[in-house]
Amino acid sequence: MTTAPKREEPNAIVARGLTRRFGDLVAVDQLDLTIPRASVYGFLGPNGSGKTTAIRLLCGLLEPSAGEVTVLGLEMPQMAEKLRRRIGYMTQRFSLFEDLSVRENLEFMGEIYSLPGRARRQRVDELLELYRLTRQAKQRAGTLSGGQRQRLALAAAVLHEPELLFLDEPTSAVDPENRREFWESLFQLSDAGTTILVSTHYMDEAERCHALAILDRGRLMAEGAPRKLMDDIDAVVVEIETPYPRRAREAITTLEGLLSVAQLGTQLRALFSRESQEPLHRVQTAVSSSAPESTASVQLVRANLEDVFVAVTRHSPKARPVETGSG
Amino acid sequence: MVQSFGRIVAIARKEIRQLRRDRLTFGMVVAIPIIQLLLFGFAINQDIRHLRAGVADLSGSQQSRRLLTDAEASQVIDIVARVASIEELNTLLRQGHIAVGVVIPPDFEQRVERSQRAQRGNGYGPGGDHLDEPLAQLLVDASDPASYGAAAGLRSLPIAPRSGLKPRASAATFEMRPYYNPERRTAVQIVPGLVGVILTMTMVLFTSVAIVRERERGNLELLITTPLSPIELMVGKILPYIVIGCIQLLLVLSVGRLLFDVPLRGQPLDVLISSLVFIFASLSLGLVISTVAQTQFQAFQLTFFTFLPQILLSGFMFPFDAMPEPAQWIAEVMPLTHFLRVIRGIVLRGASLSDISRDLWPLLAFGAIAMTLASLRFRKRLD
Repeated sequence: MTTAPKREEPNAIVARGLTRRFGDLVAVDQLDLTIPRASVYGFLGPNGSGKTTAIRLLCGLLEPSAGEVTVLGLEMPQMAEKLRRRIGYMTQRFSLFEDLSVRENLEFMGEIYSLPGRARRQRVDELLELYRLTRQAKQRAGTLSGGQRQRLALAAAVLHEPELLFLDEPTSAVDPENRREFWESLFQLSDAGTTILVSTHYMDEAERCHALAILDRGRLMAEGAPRKLMDDIDAVVVEIETPYPRRAREAITTLEGLLSVAQLGTQLRALFSRESQEPLHRVQTAVSSSAPESTASVQLVRANLEDVFVAVTRHSPKARPVETGSG
Repeated sequence: MVQSFGRIVAIARKEIRQLRRDRLTFGMVVAIPIIQLLLFGFAINQDIRHLRAGVADLSGSQQSRRLLTDAEASQVIDIVARVASIEELNTLLRQGHIAVGVVIPPDFEQRVERSQRAQRGNGYGPGGDHLDEPLAQLLVDASDPASYGAAAGLRSLPIAPRSGLKPRASAATFEMRPYYNPERRTAVQIVPGLVGVILTMTMVLFTSVAIVRERERGNLELLITTPLSPIELMVGKILPYIVIGCIQLLLVLSVGRLLFDVPLRGQPLDVLISSLVFIFASLSLGLVISTVAQTQFQAFQLTFFTFLPQILLSGFMFPFDAMPEPAQWIAEVMPLTHFLRVIRGIVLRGASLSDISRDLWPLLAFGAIAMTLASLRFRKRLD
């Protein structure tokens, strides 16, 4: 699928000590990354965690304050111009032209990437078909639905068959069904050899990635395959099912070793540090004494990605809310 | 190189496409020049005419009636009221019903007679006892100096020769030159200047807004990740506006000729060349604004910030030589000041490019500096 000459290096992106400051704010702090080719790699973090800045640094749009980056064997940002042709970038916000039609937008991007006339029209037709936009070809981009816009943006980003695709929160304005479908498209691209770097604040999306970097306040808090991150979590997860979750919550907040409690309906999810003594037993005692008349079920459960996120970011001075995906 | 050209064409084509769909802007391209031309040409007419006048003809003679007919024929005044006393005229003036009161004294005929005798005895020059004696009186509402100035033109309305006593001068009686002298018609002076004003307004505004809109809508964020370079983007974006500028130029000059009889005494090619230089300078200014403004509204405000002083100080509204020296220094920095001299020179005086090169170089310099500044600032914006 990729037309540009393949390089030897096995990694699409290698960053060492990557740092970017805006005045006093350190947006990206000492980031070390190794992203293998043909993988789907995720940046997971809340808003303001430095995902967008990191992506811009990686594609040479921003100059790093410190550190080194090599992308597809090219030093950034010195060789950013050379890289432009080999990457695709889908911005967080819809950034195609709303007053141009779907086809005109794609044709325009094809011209900007200097695709020759015939090949360009063929490629546009192919993409319209692939991303189910043939019927909307003449429609102005501004009138498309969220899902259609997103497919159009993806089509525009892959028009010139880039080796590396940057997607900055691509699904933030899309319903669950379209998100699932979108991820299917991403895996198709990755199977064809495209490396994909995608940022998200949805846990369920992050879980789909081959590998993941958890960012918080510009710092890399954890990295690895989602499964492995969950297995290696430095915490014990206790799940409490009770008709009086608020009372139970109050009862356990003072327990030693408690990292966090989150409520999901009638459920409480409590994270304890691994070093804490018999968290399960202590929780059972505390909960039953808080509401002796009722029965609560308390058990140890497997950690999910959100638990991992809470566990790795708990040392941050101030916790921030993380949205949980619904799809 | 070829690819670069292709990208510029792609941007220009996209820009035209968007412009065509933006009916309001597209309409403005044509409507702004025409509306302004009509406004400045007709409404803002500095040759004031048709002042409402009241008359107190205390003489009631044949000669006084003739004087009033002549005064009305000059189109400076329209007689809307005839009263019997000066007091009534004063009342009408105070109430704002009239702007001019004409008082013809009871001894009007005698005064005319005396004046003519003095003239005969003395040839042309002043000095005769009765030569300076006024024949009648004009009461003018001078709160607007311009209407006072216009009415003052009536002061020397010829009376005597019309009486038929002096046939040699009778030709001069109908010689109303001061009023119809082409050099004093506002439109002739205004229309070429309007080319400059309209180009300033549309060129600066369109370019600044066009680029800021791209930033505001997020398109720029996408474009900077592509092989497109800032220079290609700028050139591609301003190309269509250069064409629009030329269309506006043609529009203003031809409508000016059609409606206001404004001549084109110089070479059309010289007009085109000098206008292109001015368009270049204005577009560059627009680009600079676009690198400063964050929103279209800011771009609009900044454009006006540069537009107003140009209108006021360039010599378009007020005579350049009448301005205080510091204002003239400021005006010398503005493109419109130089372009007004250039375009008036070519259109009205038939000057050639070499005649007006003194004002052409500053325009080129302004454009080059602004363009450099814009490219530098635009590069920084990516960071």
